[in-house]
Amino acid sequence: MALRIQKGLLDQLREHGEQTYPHECCGVLVGDFDDADNKTVRSVVACGNTRTDSPQNRYHISPAELIRIQRETALVGQDIVGFYHSHPDWPAKWSSTDLDEAHWTGCSYVITSVENEKAVLTNSFLLQGEEQDKHFEDELIEVVE
Amino acid sequence: MPIKVLIPTPLRPYAGKQSTVEVNAQTVGEALNNLVTQHPDLRKHLFAEDGKLRSFVNVYLNDEDIRYLAKDATPAKETDTITIVPSVAGGV
Repeated sequence: MALRIQKGLLDQLREHGEQTYPHECCGVLVGDFDDADNKTVRSVVACGNTRTDSPQNRYHISPAELIRIQRETALVGQDIVGFYHSHPDWPAKWSSTDLDEAHWTGCSYVITSVENEKAVLTNSFLLQGEEQDKHFEDELIEVVE
Repeated sequence: MPIKVLIPTPLRPYAGKQSTVEVNAQTVGEALNNLVTQHPDLRKHLFAEDGKLRSFVNVYLNDEDIRYLAKDATPAKETDTITIVPSVAGGV
């Protein structure tokens, strides 16, 4: 399984991490699933980070914002296929907090490491399993023109 | 009096792959109970063993979080939409 994304959209989410540095950015990946559960990202929706108490190492997207995005994507026949956030001065790997707080099985969790205001590496992780045995699997990001 | 319940991507496999399910109900609690009666596999994904909504599951009636309304007892009518949305958070 892979996450397909146009370079311009990938740049968009990486730049979001640079703009919010040294705080974490976050947002939603909207697109569609094919029959083999590959995902194609059609748009990237930047969200606010509601964790104003600790924005340098935590993120949270307001449920109200998620609901608005979910409704709007349904209207155009698309889906929420994943989420993205940044790790300021931390590797582009999922943390135990990321896994504990991940509940969208089958969706992609894209993480960009940002060092000194520059986006470095972007990786995607697919959430699999059910709540009691959930886990992340490395997921290929296929960049398309 | 059918009310629309929007099902998020991760819960659709437990709801017959549907993005919307219609249920008859007078309150949000009744709607959720009827939803899990129609789709029993959804129950453990929405409710903890004590029968309460799982902490990471948000339920909205139109644009309002039911926690800030009358929770399960919140009245619902035909023109309303109930949206289920698991939380999205994390950090290093």
